[in-house]
Amino acid sequence: MRSRALRSPRVRSRSSLQHGWRVARALFASQYALMLEYRAEILLWALSGLVPFIMLAVWIESPAGDALGMGPTQLARYFLAAFVVRQFTVAWVMTVFEEDALQGRLSPMLLQPLHPFWRYLASHFAEQAIRLPFVAMIASLFFLVLPWAFWVPNPQRALLALAATFLAFLLNFLIQCTMACLCFWSERVNALERLIYIPMLFLSGTAAPLEAFPPALRRMVEWTPFPLLVNFPAQLLSGGEVSIAAGFTALAGWITGLFLLMTLLWRIGVKRYGAMGA
Amino acid sequence: MGNPLGRYLLTLRRLWGVALAMQLEYQVNLWLEVAAAVTNLLGSLLLLSLFFGGGRMLGGWSWPQALVVLGVYTLLEGITSTWLRPNLSTIVGHVQQGTLDFVLLKPIDSQFWLSTTRISLMGLPEIATGLGLMVWAAGRAGIRTTPWLLFQTLLMLLTSGLILYSLWFLVATTSIWFVKTWNATEVLRAALSSGRYPISAYPAPVRRLFTMVLPVAFLTTVPAEAILGRLTMPWLLLSLAVAFLCLALSRGFWQFALRFYTSASS
Repeated sequence: MRSRALRSPRVRSRSSLQHGWRVARALFASQYALMLEYRAEILLWALSGLVPFIMLAVWIESPAGDALGMGPTQLARYFLAAFVVRQFTVAWVMTVFEEDALQGRLSPMLLQPLHPFWRYLASHFAEQAIRLPFVAMIASLFFLVLPWAFWVPNPQRALLALAATFLAFLLNFLIQCTMACLCFWSERVNALERLIYIPMLFLSGTAAPLEAFPPALRRMVEWTPFPLLVNFPAQLLSGGEVSIAAGFTALAGWITGLFLLMTLLWRIGVKRYGAMGA
Repeated sequence: MGNPLGRYLLTLRRLWGVALAMQLEYQVNLWLEVAAAVTNLLGSLLLLSLFFGGGRMLGGWSWPQALVVLGVYTLLEGITSTWLRPNLSTIVGHVQQGTLDFVLLKPIDSQFWLSTTRISLMGLPEIATGLGLMVWAAGRAGIRTTPWLLFQTLLMLLTSGLILYSLWFLVATTSIWFVKTWNATEVLRAALSSGRYPISAYPAPVRRLFTMVLPVAFLTTVPAEAILGRLTMPWLLLSLAVAFLCLALSRGFWQFALRFYTSASS
C-alpha cells in the first residue's frame, strides 16, 4: 500500500488499468469460489424460473395464441428465449445489501478503496458463469421434449441478443442498486422488492409477449423499463419482429439515467450512514 | 388439561398471540403488502384477460368461471405467506443450528410444533382479495348458494389447503439431509403458479402431469368446480383420497427423515 502511495501520479495512471484488471480478476475469482459452494442452490434457482414454460403451455393450447399471429413454433421459441434471458438478468442486490447493512458488514466494506457495488457485480457474474451449464441442460431438455421448436439464431441476431441480454442485466442490476440505496433511509427495503417484482412478472414479457397486450396498454408499457428486461432480448433471440435501434436506445437511456440517480442517492445516503447499532 | 386436543388448542392460542403482537410492530410492511396484493391482483386479471379477447374461452371456461380459479389461487397464495412460509422456513434454521433438538424434546408432536408455531399477517391482504374475487366471480357466473354447495366448497377448500401444506412440508423435510434446500420451495411455488388457470387450459400431457404427479388440479380447479356447482361425486371422493394420501406421505416422510437426524456437530 505504501509503495503505491509513493508512486508519482504519471506512473500510477499508466498502471491503473493493470491495477483495475488485477482487482477485477481477484474479485471474480474469489466470488466464483464462493458461489461454487452454492451449486445446488443455483440449480434450484435456475429451476424456479420455469414460469415461461407454464405460460407457453397455456398459450399453445389457447386460441388466443393463434390470434397473436405467432404459431406454436414461434411461441415455443419466444418462451424458451424468455426463460434463458431471465436466467442471465437476475439481480439480488437489494437482499444482499440490506443484509450487509443490517449486520454491520457494510462498515468495513466502506473503508476499502472499492465501491461495494463492484463486489456485488462480480458475484453476479460468478453466479451466471455457474448457472450457464444448468441453463444449457434445461434448454437441451426443452428441445428433447419439443424437437420441432429447435432453431439456431443467425449469428448477427445472436450477437445482438447477447448484447441486449447483457444490457438488460445491467439495467436490472442498476434498478436494484438504486433501490438498495434506500437502505440508508429505511431498514426494510426488502418489502419494496416485492413491489417491483410484480410489474417485472406481468409487464416484462415473461408471462406473455408484449404483442398480446391491448395496443393502448402496450404503448404505455413501452415507456417503462420492464419490457426491455425480457421481451426485447427474447424477441431478438427468437427471431421475432422488433425494432432494434429503438430497443438499444431505450436501454442506453435507462442505464445512463439510473446510473446517475444511483450515484447521487449513494453520495447523499453514505453521508447519512451511521453504521447499524451506532 | 386432561384432554390432548384442548392442550393443542391452548398452545396455538398462546403462540399466535405472541406472533401477532410481534408483527404489529411493523405496520408499514403490512401496508406495503396490501399494495402488493392489489397490484398483484390487477396483474393477474390483466394476464388472464389476454386469453379472453374476442369472446374466446380458456379451456372451456368462461371469464367469470376462470376468475373463480384465480380467486382460489390467490387465496392459496395468501395461505402460503400467512401459514406455510413462516413456519416451514424455520426447519432449515433448526437443522443448521441444532436447535431441532429442543423441538424434538418438547412434549408435543414435532410436526405440529414446526407447522403451527408462527403466523404472519403478510398474507392476509391476499386471503381477502382471493375470497372477494371468488365470491364476486361466483355471483357473476350465476351461482346460487345452497347449503350443499357451501358444504362442498368448504370441504374442497380444506382438502386443497391440506394438499398444499403436505407438498410444502415434504419439500421442507428434505432439509434434514441437505440443509440448504429452502430454494426448493421456490421451485415448488413456481410450479404451483400453474394453478392460476383451470387445468383444461393445458395440453393433455401437461394436464396428466398436473393431476397425477404434482396434484395442481386438486389445488385450484377442483375447488373452483365445487364453487360452480359442477363437481361430480367421483372427483370429490378422489380429492379427499389425494389429500389423505398426501398428508399420510408428509407424516411418514417426516418420521422417516427424523431417523437420519443426528443433531448439529455430531
